[in-house]
Amino acid sequence: MTHHSQHNTQPTSNSHERGSLHVVPASVLLAVFAALLVLTFLSWAATWVDLGVWNLWLAMGIATVKAGLVALYFMHLRYDPSFYALVLAVALLFVLLFVCLTLLDAVEYYPDIHAMTQG
Amino acid sequence: MTEPSAINYLTYPRGLRSWLLTLDHKRIGVMYLASVALALVLGLIFALLMRTELIAPGRTIMGEDTYNRVFTVHGAVMIFLVVIPAIPAVLGNFCLPLMLGAKDVAFPRLNLASLYLWWIGALFFLVTLAFGGLDTGWTFYTPYSTTTNTNVLAAVTGVFILGFSSIFTALNFIVSIHTLRPPGMTWRRLPLFLWGLYATGLIQVLATPVLGVTLLLLGVERILGLGIFDSALGGDPVLFQHFFWFYAHPAVYIVILPGMGIISEVIPVFSRKPIFGYRFIAYSSVAIALIGFLVWGHHMFVAGQSVLASTIFSALTFAVAIPSAVKVFNWLATMYKGSIELAAPMVYALIFLFLFGIGGLTGLFLGTLSVNVPLHNTHFVVAHFHYVIVGGAVMAMLAGLHYWWPKMFGRMYNQTWARLSALLIFVAFNMTFFPLFIMGGRGLVRRYYDYSVFLESNPEFTFYNQLASVWGYLLVTGFVSMALCLISSLWSGRPAPDNPWGAPGLEWKSSSPPPPENPPPPAQVGDPYDFTEALLPSGT
Amino acid sequence: MNHTDNHPANSDHGHDPFLAHHFSSHRQQYEAGKLGMWIFLLTEILLFGGLFCAYAVFRANRPEVFLWAHRFLDKPLGALNTAVLITSSLTMALAVRSAQLDRPRRSAFFLVLTLLCATAFLGVKYVEYKHKWEDGLLWVRQFRPVESAAVSHDAEAADQQPRHAGIFFSIYFAMTGLHAVHVLAGMAAVGWVLVRTLRGHFNSQYFGPVDYVGLYWHLVDLIWIYLFPLFYLIH
Repeated sequence: MTHHSQHNTQPTSNSHERGSLHVVPASVLLAVFAALLVLTFLSWAATWVDLGVWNLWLAMGIATVKAGLVALYFMHLRYDPSFYALVLAVALLFVLLFVCLTLLDAVEYYPDIHAMTQG
Repeated sequence: MTEPSAINYLTYPRGLRSWLLTLDHKRIGVMYLASVALALVLGLIFALLMRTELIAPGRTIMGEDTYNRVFTVHGAVMIFLVVIPAIPAVLGNFCLPLMLGAKDVAFPRLNLASLYLWWIGALFFLVTLAFGGLDTGWTFYTPYSTTTNTNVLAAVTGVFILGFSSIFTALNFIVSIHTLRPPGMTWRRLPLFLWGLYATGLIQVLATPVLGVTLLLLGVERILGLGIFDSALGGDPVLFQHFFWFYAHPAVYIVILPGMGIISEVIPVFSRKPIFGYRFIAYSSVAIALIGFLVWGHHMFVAGQSVLASTIFSALTFAVAIPSAVKVFNWLATMYKGSIELAAPMVYALIFLFLFGIGGLTGLFLGTLSVNVPLHNTHFVVAHFHYVIVGGAVMAMLAGLHYWWPKMFGRMYNQTWARLSALLIFVAFNMTFFPLFIMGGRGLVRRYYDYSVFLESNPEFTFYNQLASVWGYLLVTGFVSMALCLISSLWSGRPAPDNPWGAPGLEWKSSSPPPPENPPPPAQVGDPYDFTEALLPSGT
Repeated sequence: MNHTDNHPANSDHGHDPFLAHHFSSHRQQYEAGKLGMWIFLLTEILLFGGLFCAYAVFRANRPEVFLWAHRFLDKPLGALNTAVLITSSLTMALAVRSAQLDRPRRSAFFLVLTLLCATAFLGVKYVEYKHKWEDGLLWVRQFRPVESAAVSHDAEAADQQPRHAGIFFSIYFAMTGLHAVHVLAGMAAVGWVLVRTLRGHFNSQYFGPVDYVGLYWHLVDLIWIYLFPLFYLIH
């Protein structure tokens, strides 16, 4: 039988060979769902309070917590071999790289453009 | 030894439908070969048109408007239809499952879809040509690309579709290497061609989507006036360049990494020595892939990019040269005290080392921020990228083609003819492109149909351009000769043995050509560069 | 060991219509498919990443445009859509779970619910887009805000409109538009899996496609989770 991938095997309790994979309990899914709705409301409520520049970071922070819950539980990363989480992390890392470096440049040259267009 | 066995993947199953609907990776690789070769012919025709125009100052055969279209289509066809797909789609598709001892890639239907998408993308290019062509340069810079009335939409649609072809191939290869390795093939026993394809796949899946969104936005900007890249509407044209080069720089590593993988296969076999520094070569492929994402701004030093960002990109550009150099030294060390056999694949590998060395080093000139300012947009850049793309990737592709040809088609080709063609290509290539370094260093701007304005200060430009044009024709002659040598072997070549070169890889265990269904892997796979067990070349 | 699988014990996998010939086991096929889908999701994240970059650049350099223009967006509708998509993710996860547990009818039920949520999402987006169209609040070249728009959205008067304010809507339509296209594609995929579920293709040994489509659907939800605060919750 062809040996398949070297990366982590399924961390399951029962081990019959085919298709035995972790099944997320329905209660967990519903709890995550409730948490997501609460967090959504929280992020909306946060806009009624003026926190200056922190509003953006708070909104992003709450969004990231929500995203984490979706990824970990709905997308099964909590129970899966860590390789899939690595794939997700790499994707996010490269987006971050692209955004940060481009933003750095754009913020640096914008004052010159602004000065030129005001005149 | 014997005639190519009557039943092999080429002859069975029969019929056009069986080819067009095949799920056999070997057939898909062969169809890609024919397709990419046709695209190469188209690109070369445009190249010859350009060189014909430049053989004399002033207008020779075309005016500036036509010249703009010719160099644009030359670049777009060569980049998107030829050098980006070529090695992975042709040699990767053919060899990867055989090297893994697998029956096929992980997703055979997706593989066929990749081929169809290439064909559809190519069709859009033909449509672009038929309706007036494109004159933006293959780089599509805004605001010209959002306002010119040439056929930008058809072209960007074609490139968008080709992007999917590329992504799906990469996805297939990455998953195949992860899940279809045979017993004993740990990551440290993976053939280096597969390490190269894996690293390439990483770049393809990470970078190509950004090209996709860039082209999407470009198209929407043209149709609806979205305004993101148009300064008159409050947009930012430099942002377009960030978007474009975030893909297009890693794209050049998509072009070269598979080629480097081939060189890592060819040199040990024709030096009869295991590769030197396997782990360094394997990891340097991944390093090139990753660092390659950190340097895109070196295309934008004079575009309005801030000095801060430019400095960062310039420094990082020096870093990306290091893993490439690591490879070159390892290849040289492999050859040292080896028993060199100058068969055609090895000749191309040596040509690669020479030309890619020059090309890579000249990249450092261009990456140096201050030096880039006078060299930007000159023929120095043109010479640099032709040395690395043609002198690098295309030579590596030819090395691979000449290496695996007996396996793919069951025929040996004429070594003398092949080597003489290689020699012609080597000499002609240098004579065509080295003058461009000289002229570019002296200020000859690229993408000009007429260099008369430079002749007062640099009268020698006429001679150098004549040299480049004449040798350009000879270069194409070399390619034609090489192609005829290979193609004629299909009916007049000696039948190839299973392992004509005495190479240790798994792909050589099957018959030449392989049967429709791939042979199973051995019970345990060993070191891919272990020459002690390799068969002696049979029937040479 | 005994397999509690659905096909005869003596059949080799060559006869299993749902095990591709080049895989040696369902497990290998499942893992390959899952890795393939995660890599595809990676490409989608990079695709949207470009747009997030454009957002970041314009928000950093033209904050006044964002502060002025975001008020034209309907916060309650945005929040409603967020809740709708979160619900659809729940139903999708429950559909996958049901497929794993050999309950095809329940799985189909949850898939239908997912499709209904998706339709509701697109319905709300249609309403929002219609309002923008009527108010002239479109992308830059078509940005001609109607007088009444400012009044109904409690925005500052038109004479305080920043230069090139339409850029906000260019990015808004680009991002939510591309997202909506992905919702549509996701609906097609869910529909396809629904048809296969109704035909009885899936069971506890073979449910990969439901899982993979689920992963894609959750990504669509993930992207909206970020779009919502970036456009609707600007303070």
